[in-house]
Amino acid sequence: MNAPFVQTRRDILRYAAAGGALVIAAPLASCARRPSDEMPAPPALTWFEGKVGAFVIIRADETVQIAFPNPEMGQGVDTSLPMLVAEELDVDFDQVETIQMPLELMPTEDGQMTWRYVPQGSGGSFSIPGHFEALRQAGALARALIVAAAARQFGVPASELTTERGVVRHAASGREATYGALAEAAASIAAPAEAPPLKTREQFRIIGTAQKMKNARAIVTGRAIYGIDAELPGMLHAVMERCPYFDGTAKSVDDSAARAVAGVRDVVKVNRPALGAPYDVQAEGYAVVADTLWAAMKGRRALKIDWDHGPFADESSAKFRQHCADLLAGSGQIVRNDGDFDAAFAGAAATYEATYWEPYVSHAPLEPQNALVDVREDRVTIIAPTQMPSGASREVGTLLGIDRQKIEVLATRLGGGFGRRLSNDYVIEAALISRAVKAPVKLLWTREDDLRHDFYRPAGLHHLRAGFDADGRLVAWTHRLASASKYYRRPNMPETEYWTAELYPDDFPSRLVDNYRLEYFSAKSGAPRGSWRAPAHTANAFVVQSFLDEIAHNRGEDPLQLRLRLLGEARDLPYEQHGGPVFNPGRLAACLRLAAEKGGYGEAMSAGKGRGIAGHFTFGGYCAQVVDVEVAADGALRVSRVVAAVDIGTVVNPNGVRAQMESGVNDGLSTALRLSINIEGGRVVEGNFDAYPLMRLADAPPVIETHIIDKGEAPAGMGEMGIPPLAPALTNAIFQATGKRIRDLPIADQLRGG
Amino acid sequence: MTLGNRSRINGARVAFEGDPEMPLLWFLREAAGCKGVKFGCGAAQCGACTVHIDGVAVRSCVTPMAAVAGKRVTTIEGLAQGDTLHPVQQAWIEEDVAQCGYCQAGQIMAVAALLEENPNPTDADIDAGLTNICRCGTYARIRKAVYRAAALKANGGAS
Repeated sequence: MNAPFVQTRRDILRYAAAGGALVIAAPLASCARRPSDEMPAPPALTWFEGKVGAFVIIRADETVQIAFPNPEMGQGVDTSLPMLVAEELDVDFDQVETIQMPLELMPTEDGQMTWRYVPQGSGGSFSIPGHFEALRQAGALARALIVAAAARQFGVPASELTTERGVVRHAASGREATYGALAEAAASIAAPAEAPPLKTREQFRIIGTAQKMKNARAIVTGRAIYGIDAELPGMLHAVMERCPYFDGTAKSVDDSAARAVAGVRDVVKVNRPALGAPYDVQAEGYAVVADTLWAAMKGRRALKIDWDHGPFADESSAKFRQHCADLLAGSGQIVRNDGDFDAAFAGAAATYEATYWEPYVSHAPLEPQNALVDVREDRVTIIAPTQMPSGASREVGTLLGIDRQKIEVLATRLGGGFGRRLSNDYVIEAALISRAVKAPVKLLWTREDDLRHDFYRPAGLHHLRAGFDADGRLVAWTHRLASASKYYRRPNMPETEYWTAELYPDDFPSRLVDNYRLEYFSAKSGAPRGSWRAPAHTANAFVVQSFLDEIAHNRGEDPLQLRLRLLGEARDLPYEQHGGPVFNPGRLAACLRLAAEKGGYGEAMSAGKGRGIAGHFTFGGYCAQVVDVEVAADGALRVSRVVAAVDIGTVVNPNGVRAQMESGVNDGLSTALRLSINIEGGRVVEGNFDAYPLMRLADAPPVIETHIIDKGEAPAGMGEMGIPPLAPALTNAIFQATGKRIRDLPIADQLRGG
Repeated sequence: MTLGNRSRINGARVAFEGDPEMPLLWFLREAAGCKGVKFGCGAAQCGACTVHIDGVAVRSCVTPMAAVAGKRVTTIEGLAQGDTLHPVQQAWIEEDVAQCGYCQAGQIMAVAALLEENPNPTDADIDAGLTNICRCGTYARIRKAVYRAAALKANGGAS
């Protein structure tokens, strides 16, 4: 999919002088009701009127703007990706403004679409590793053209010129010129035949320095634009009542009262596509379209719909768990099978066994799903908070049968993603509604819509057994999981793959135990499922790291030492899943040792206090955490400190790494403490944050330390590896503090009342 | 209904003819153009929609227009004095709090009101007084920024 970068480099530089102002601040169209004329002008809401077709914009006034290609959802790409460009461009990063690049695609010779510049999705912790080369090349090329312009102007060879912080110098003559003065001339210079060389690591001046978020001022003044803030002239508002029952349908609808609400324009039925379609919507339903959002909301309340409860009407969380237990009594798919587990387990000197449960959880980004779509005869405009703007383009193109070159996607800043916005179902809904009413439609989900119509992280029951020989070696390990696979109903996927395992064949302790078997049981559930930040790693790391802790305590061995002797020395093991192609156990061991050292692991703890450790590898990153807890006599739990160590190779923005670690810790803690999505009667119970209580400040650890190991390895991202170790380190600490082993998540009130 | 002569949003007089039950949030976002006020839950749970009414932090998603008659409303857009940021906004930048940023306007409005009431909050005061949800988990930095804002304010920092 990725177009070779060299094919497009002539497009990398576009200058204000050549192409007009590229970013134009334009006040948005008036709303239906305006306050009086005395109201001050609305905040300077801006939108891209022109397209930013390049990474670098340099103006004569020395303004430097660098576009980040991937959607920003809090992971810090609005700062870290421009750092890569700025490093090679050689500008003062403090002077750089950064802006979101719209989706830039182009057709290939065979009529498919490909990236015009670089891939533009946010997911899989891939932004940094995916762009580490290409964005530095973009910066180096821009610098080379500016240097070439200076060489012409000075009449000297380019090889005699140096650059520093936006200035080109000729040492011999003492002449110099600023980038801004050279930009227009540079724009007319052809790209060199060969890509300019990149800096060596030792020459980095920006990469590796702690940088604060570039767009902080816009955020703290309320001027940052999210999808929910987008408007188009003539836009109508829509909200949608979806069938609350999994795969349920409408038996009848009476929309007369809804249509009678002042301002309501139309009620539009939205149908689900057939299984296997290249796009999905969550549920069928009725969209109320109105002049104002409030009218649409009132109209929605006036809808009278009689829902058929669908094929999963009997599903409940309790029944689903029993279903998983029943499955585990039989035989499942063998995901990995090294040696002979059964024989080794039967012959083991000591054996261990435990069962763990993890519930469905919801992504719950704080910005509810929304999309603004304008479907016209000959073009489509999509403005939406999406992690995958190219998916929005592809799916809407398929849905409407329209040439993708006529679809414009403006990705906005996202009010959180966490994997939810890998799916573009809400964009599809808005496109269907816009097509029906022939106007731009802004669709807004409520919080209840979001919690009850998510692609949930799969729930499942895990059964583990392990055997040690007389010498204390771990010789047999099996992890058996019955869960509802996240691949269920995935668009574009054949039904035969809906049951793909949620166990990753190469995950720790794979290849470290001679007799090793992973067995998966696909459980039936009507709940939509999908990728939730660090997908199955969050579930599986909890289980594996808890089980190891249980074993160590049972054997009278220190839990850290057991992990370290399992991991062994540094070496590359094949790893074909997230973050491969190799897993180096030595790097994970180093993280565990560092977190243990900095976190005082192993020190004596007073009554009611505990300190637990866990580590995990995913998406190319190694992470270990030490969690300190205090459990009061009444069971009240407080996490007083988390100390983390992480090795994600070459670090671009250490401040961003720390921020993502803090995010991972709090996400992991919030989820472990109280979060679960429950099902009754084939529908989701929880509707808002009273029932799905995301953690608040009072429960957040006041201290989160992040210790970074950077030995110059290839860079990985940091969006996901901060989460998986948290829950097991937490419950391991709780065990030390209380003697109680948490095997069911969330913890909820399990520590209360003995 | 009409809001009456004394109603102000960010200092400007406003008129409103419409459903008195409509939440203030939608008036601010859809009519007044104050998009910095965010919708997160619609149930006063998350605080993303926090604004000040006569100086008190309220959750505008459950505040009907009828309750705003004759009141002074301040949104995140009205917190700074021209180009001079409010100390809480300044502290938020200095501590580099935001990630996705969606909740932060509400957090800042909540903290600004908290510090008016209690210029030197303790950890316990912050725990009890700041119940806005941050889904990204920026809480440790929020706590540091509250202390920094209190110090900036005490030193006569911005505003």
